[in-house]
Amino acid sequence: MQARAGSRFGDRAFKWLTLVMALVIFALIVLIVRELTHGSRLALQKFGWRFLISSDWDPVNGVFGALPFIFGTLVSSAIALIIAVPISIATAVYLTELAPLWVRQPLIMFIELLAAVPSVILGLWGIFVMVPWLHNHLVPVLRGLFGFLPLFQGTNYGPCMLAGGIIVAIMIIPIITSVSREILRSVPGLQREAAYALGATRWEVTRIAVLSYAKKGLFGAVILGLGRALGETMAVTMVIGNTPQITASLFAPADTLAATIANQFNEATGNLYTSALFEIGLVLLGVTVLVNIFAQLLLKTFAGPSVKPQQ
Amino acid sequence: MPEITNQTLSPEPERKSAGTLALTVRHLSVSFGSNQVLKNTSLDVAARAVTAIIGPSGCGKSTFLRAINRMHELTPEARVEGEIRLFGEDIYARHVEAVVVRRRVGMVFQKSNPFPTMSIVDNVTVGLRLNGVRNRRLLAERTEQSLRMAALWDEVKDRLHAPAISLSGGQQQRLCIARALAVQPEVLLMDEPASALDPLATAKIEDLIVELKKDYTIVIVTHNMQQAARMSDFTAFFYLGELVEFDTTAKIFTNPAKKQTEDYVTGRFG
Amino acid sequence: MTAPNHRWRKFKNAVVQTLTFTCAILVVTPLLLVFYHLIRLGFSSINWAFFTQLPKPVGEPGGGMANAIAGTFILLGQAAVFGVPVGVLGGVFLSENGSSKLTWWIRFAADVLNGVPSITWGIVVYALMVVPMRGFSALAGGVVLGMMMIPLVMRTTEEVLQLVPGGYREAALALGIAKWKTIVQIVMRTALKGIVTGVLLALARVAGETAPLLFTAFGNLGWAHKLTEPIAAMPLQIFIYAISPYDDWHRQAWAGALVLLVLVLAVNFGVRFLTRDRFTQRT
Repeated sequence: MQARAGSRFGDRAFKWLTLVMALVIFALIVLIVRELTHGSRLALQKFGWRFLISSDWDPVNGVFGALPFIFGTLVSSAIALIIAVPISIATAVYLTELAPLWVRQPLIMFIELLAAVPSVILGLWGIFVMVPWLHNHLVPVLRGLFGFLPLFQGTNYGPCMLAGGIIVAIMIIPIITSVSREILRSVPGLQREAAYALGATRWEVTRIAVLSYAKKGLFGAVILGLGRALGETMAVTMVIGNTPQITASLFAPADTLAATIANQFNEATGNLYTSALFEIGLVLLGVTVLVNIFAQLLLKTFAGPSVKPQQ
Repeated sequence: MPEITNQTLSPEPERKSAGTLALTVRHLSVSFGSNQVLKNTSLDVAARAVTAIIGPSGCGKSTFLRAINRMHELTPEARVEGEIRLFGEDIYARHVEAVVVRRRVGMVFQKSNPFPTMSIVDNVTVGLRLNGVRNRRLLAERTEQSLRMAALWDEVKDRLHAPAISLSGGQQQRLCIARALAVQPEVLLMDEPASALDPLATAKIEDLIVELKKDYTIVIVTHNMQQAARMSDFTAFFYLGELVEFDTTAKIFTNPAKKQTEDYVTGRFG
Repeated sequence: MTAPNHRWRKFKNAVVQTLTFTCAILVVTPLLLVFYHLIRLGFSSINWAFFTQLPKPVGEPGGGMANAIAGTFILLGQAAVFGVPVGVLGGVFLSENGSSKLTWWIRFAADVLNGVPSITWGIVVYALMVVPMRGFSALAGGVVLGMMMIPLVMRTTEEVLQLVPGGYREAALALGIAKWKTIVQIVMRTALKGIVTGVLLALARVAGETAPLLFTAFGNLGWAHKLTEPIAAMPLQIFIYAISPYDDWHRQAWAGALVLLVLVLAVNFGVRFLTRDRFTQRT
């Protein structure tokens, strides 16, 4: 009987211990929001809404408008999605429906390894390999083919918006591919069999029974990729040129919300400057969290099995 | 076989008259890895008749059925040996594509599986559209004919564009039957089509099978012996991967030749 | 015999197979290219000096990344101290308390936290620790990495514990073993391999993080003698070298990147390989 009472106490204590540890999650969220808001107070008070719509980023004169960074973040993420989404989903389709068995495991392994490459290493490769290649080979070709569009006009000195978009694409391909693969795998085999039994080819089976069924989940995977793209910092800051400006040219240098913080935070002089950077952090947090919540909701309401917790 | 676009609904009479053999199976063996599920099976399936496949769970009934429309090719470890001829043509011949075989041999599954992102009418016509049929009038005619044959037309004619999943379980299964019939298969395979349904829905499906056999060759796997006795003309009894006995339904159920068969149909085991 | 569009359908099928295969190749290519360049440009700079010497002043050739390598391990050690107990025990809570509204919210919050940009974590810990302590420190670096690990470890621990069959718990409880002992000594021990895997993968993940360290650990061209001093770390050093104008530092950046990548991939690869039997369902 003594042991019984003791173990009940042990049970309660353990449950409380684990509960407190789990609640740390909420504490972390509160901490993040609190510190970012507190840190942005000065800038919030001084600029209010204008912070988001002004493109005047002038540390010397104490004027801060984040529009160029919002622009840079959105455009580089858009480029990244345009490149990454078709490639990722096609690869996921290849992996789940079309690839011969002996190819699947090695390919899956490669993708997981690519996901594990730290951002700074990809950035290093970006600076010294990808950007020169882009400058010497890609830009002239694009300018030649599509130079009538303002997107592909203007001089290129190496680091530019396009480079940022490409490098972010490389970083988000693994996550979109993995999540899409899980989504496609969760489509019931019975659906595929129904299509095969009607005499459909492999592609037709994929189109009719798998892709249509998985539409919502695939969209969730894409949004998850977008969330990742928005927050990408190191690789971007190393290849995008770090110039706050809004132009139509993809060949011109640009800057993103995350890259700006990385670059300027330690140089920031004065409380207002630092506070402006905190506010950029707040904007970045707001945008990525909203996008991520949207993605999680899509993925959770698509199918039963939970998606693996990804970075 | 004339192309689908100008084919009438009933299959060509000279090929499907009773007495012709729709399927001839010779020495069929199927194994999954080291596990041999079906051993050296040979039987003939008569055209325009219902052949029932009965036996206890795990005896190889579904494996036998799925060999007929080459579904085992979707399973990497599966090995199929032997010969199956569809109206004289070897369906496993090198030059014969699985896609073509599956268009000629339709299948209805144990659990209904309509395509959830498609409407009722789209589900019915999907096989036709895959094969390039675009003529709206023809599609509409086929839709009505197939749904009538599946005894579903009256229930859905006013909501053809509703999502297929808005139908009840029994209706969904009949929709799957309509979907299979729309491409006018030469043989229709049914894998325990009513096992997941309530008695009322089951009765409807049994009635419609009896109607269908006037025009179609049907091979049906069932664990329900009363169902087999009622609907089928021929019955094959499988046990542990071997075909134990194959004869007219009347003979199997009243005066079977093998004791095993008699034990099974009288309910002594299984 | 065959439908009129049969050839066209076969053609479409073949085109799609080729296209998707090409995309798969495209996905693999950057990794191969990165590896190729890392080896080509970094391998020759990896020598004994690289692992044992401090960075030389700018302009002097030679030197190494000994402090950065040590720094990374020190930071990871701290991160583990903060992150592992909280993450693992939190994961235990999620797994052993069924599904209630609370566990749903915690899970959801953890998943969202996993998507918070790493640089944001950095400025938060800057405000929390660097400002009050009036300086960058190894401690702040360890804390930020530890915080980042928590939601990650929590979710992987939960997943792994869920794989332990309920029968084990029931059998133990039926024998009269206290619930908490059941969880710790039976469930967790059964899942130990998986828990350790999750922790190692999370450590490998944060080992490569640069952004949060920019404003916490800050980096150091020498040794950090106390945890309250700024400290070097491999990804930080690679970044500083990469964006500098000095060729010799670029060379060392490549070497450092190669070493870091090999370490990270070795952990990822090794861990997955060693626990393969447990996870073969996931093909």
